[in-house]
Amino acid sequence: MIVGVSFWEYLTDQSDRIFELTIEHAQIVLISVGIAVVFGVGLGMLTYRTERPRIAILAVTGVFITIPSLALFSLLLSPLGLGTKPAVVALVMYALLPIVRNTITGLREVDPAIVESAQGMGMGRWRRLTRIELPLAWPIIITGIRVSTQILVGIAAIAAVINGPGLGKDIFRALARVGTPTAVNQALAAVLGIVALGLLLDLAYLLVGRLTTSRGVRE
Amino acid sequence: MNDPMIRLEGVTKRYPGQDKPAVEHIDLDIPEGEIVIFVGPSGCGKTTLMKMINRLIEPTSGRIFMEGKDVTRVNPDHLRRRIGYVIQQIGLFPHMTIRDNIATVPKMLGWDGARTDARVDELLDLVGLDAAVFRSRYPKQLSGGQRQRVGVARALAVDPPVMLMDEPFGAIDPITRDRLQNEFLRLQAEIGKTIVFVTHDIDEAIKMGDRIAILRDGATIAQYDTPKHILSAPADDFVADFVGSGASLKRLNLSRVRDVELTFWPTAAVGTDRAEVRSVLRASDKGAVLLLDGNDRPVRWVTARDIDRTDVPLEQAGLEPEAIVEPQATLQDALNLMLDSSHGAAVVVDGNGTYLGAVDFATVAHAVQAMRREAREQLRAAAEGSSHPGEVAAS
Repeated sequence: MIVGVSFWEYLTDQSDRIFELTIEHAQIVLISVGIAVVFGVGLGMLTYRTERPRIAILAVTGVFITIPSLALFSLLLSPLGLGTKPAVVALVMYALLPIVRNTITGLREVDPAIVESAQGMGMGRWRRLTRIELPLAWPIIITGIRVSTQILVGIAAIAAVINGPGLGKDIFRALARVGTPTAVNQALAAVLGIVALGLLLDLAYLLVGRLTTSRGVRE
Repeated sequence: MNDPMIRLEGVTKRYPGQDKPAVEHIDLDIPEGEIVIFVGPSGCGKTTLMKMINRLIEPTSGRIFMEGKDVTRVNPDHLRRRIGYVIQQIGLFPHMTIRDNIATVPKMLGWDGARTDARVDELLDLVGLDAAVFRSRYPKQLSGGQRQRVGVARALAVDPPVMLMDEPFGAIDPITRDRLQNEFLRLQAEIGKTIVFVTHDIDEAIKMGDRIAILRDGATIAQYDTPKHILSAPADDFVADFVGSGASLKRLNLSRVRDVELTFWPTAAVGTDRAEVRSVLRASDKGAVLLLDGNDRPVRWVTARDIDRTDVPLEQAGLEPEAIVEPQATLQDALNLMLDSSHGAAVVVDGNGTYLGAVDFATVAHAVQAMRREAREQLRAAAEGSSHPGEVAAS
């Protein structure tokens, strides 16, 4: 098959470049997830015990995730300009909902008897949260982080529309020259890179999840 | 009496939006080194009352003293570290090893690792768990009874003077519960803590309590007295109703095996020749000889027929003694086991399993008669007004 052969040639020829773009892609995804974890877990911790703030934060982050990505990137263009900065802001907004929601769910599912016995032994609010509740909620929280990462690996490609980094660049370049022989190869290579990155990160989360979850609460 | 370990003074709890207080103006002294039981129907406020002692629930008004000091205003976390706390669900931290669970309070108090490790091992030993096996396990690897013991060990970690226990044996199957209760009483005889114990089960209250506070709605105290007095002289109809029927049978829960005179069944050491065992049996009025091993631990009951059987060694003939109790077991425990045993006797052994004697139906019947006589005398004395059994509050 001619396309197949020429795609293989394209891939070997462009491997350095594709690798570089994949690294960029991974970087922006992980930076955005990292920021979203700080805010998302923080907001979850602040709101899981109080009804109204909890509903409010879930509603707001829920709205974020419904905004079409192309539109959000464009909207951020005027206040933040082009490049990495608006891309990260948008990606953080998309990543928040799964993290906030799972943090709240995880914390609320901790057996109240366990929290009461911690309190009865003289553990203060902060110690209870950090030593007991968060570690017990952690398997659920990390699942949320994993879902967010998967979402971002896909959406990050769109960031190229505002000159963001990553594999999206090649997709948009291919779009610009539809009909030329390299267009399909270029787009295909970028998509493959994104899928591979998604799988790799997912695997990494399984490993990290296992390593960071106490043996006492593992399945 | 010395100063009480805990004194409640006019303790009241009102919840907003409820016209009746959950707990209304309770005055109560809890003496040092005793197990005081709060018992009452569900919703009577007994748990609320207990949780006000470690201020998991803050009293609306009134004051609580511990060792003579008003603790109503001190930092609640610091207060709680001096009060052991055991709840029905036990609440072990599933993500921590048994060692780390027990080390919770020592860690907060800044103990170093070596001291903590030594204490953890000591406590596991105290509650009858092998430290080498259990310290690195997780709660999910333990049975319900083992978890309960770890819960007690954790509450005792920094040797607090006071323990609060909220239905600590509530979630455990009846057979294990009985054993754990007995173990706990033996432990308490060693450690002598001041314990406030909440239960809805009057039989448990009678068995475990040095004193019982029977509460009715609004946590008002219907009677606060020793189990003996509550059984023989209930303060009013509510208490009589709550204690229920079968008071004589319940009294069996008040006497312990160590308080009655044991009977002696014929015994022989493992390895004694058959002729001699037979003559020991003949010399007694009982139907079986108890074989003991080199450490005087019971091995087998053998009857005349077992002695005649020569196809197996004597220590493999006969039946294993299954009805075995320790001196702190109640007569009720002993009676239960006896009813199922082959020879109508429960073997009494000490903590090391060494044979001490036996309890049989005659022993129990004798004890029941003695208790009834005593109760009648007390009632007569009370009726004559010469004395009043204990402090009877409220009514």
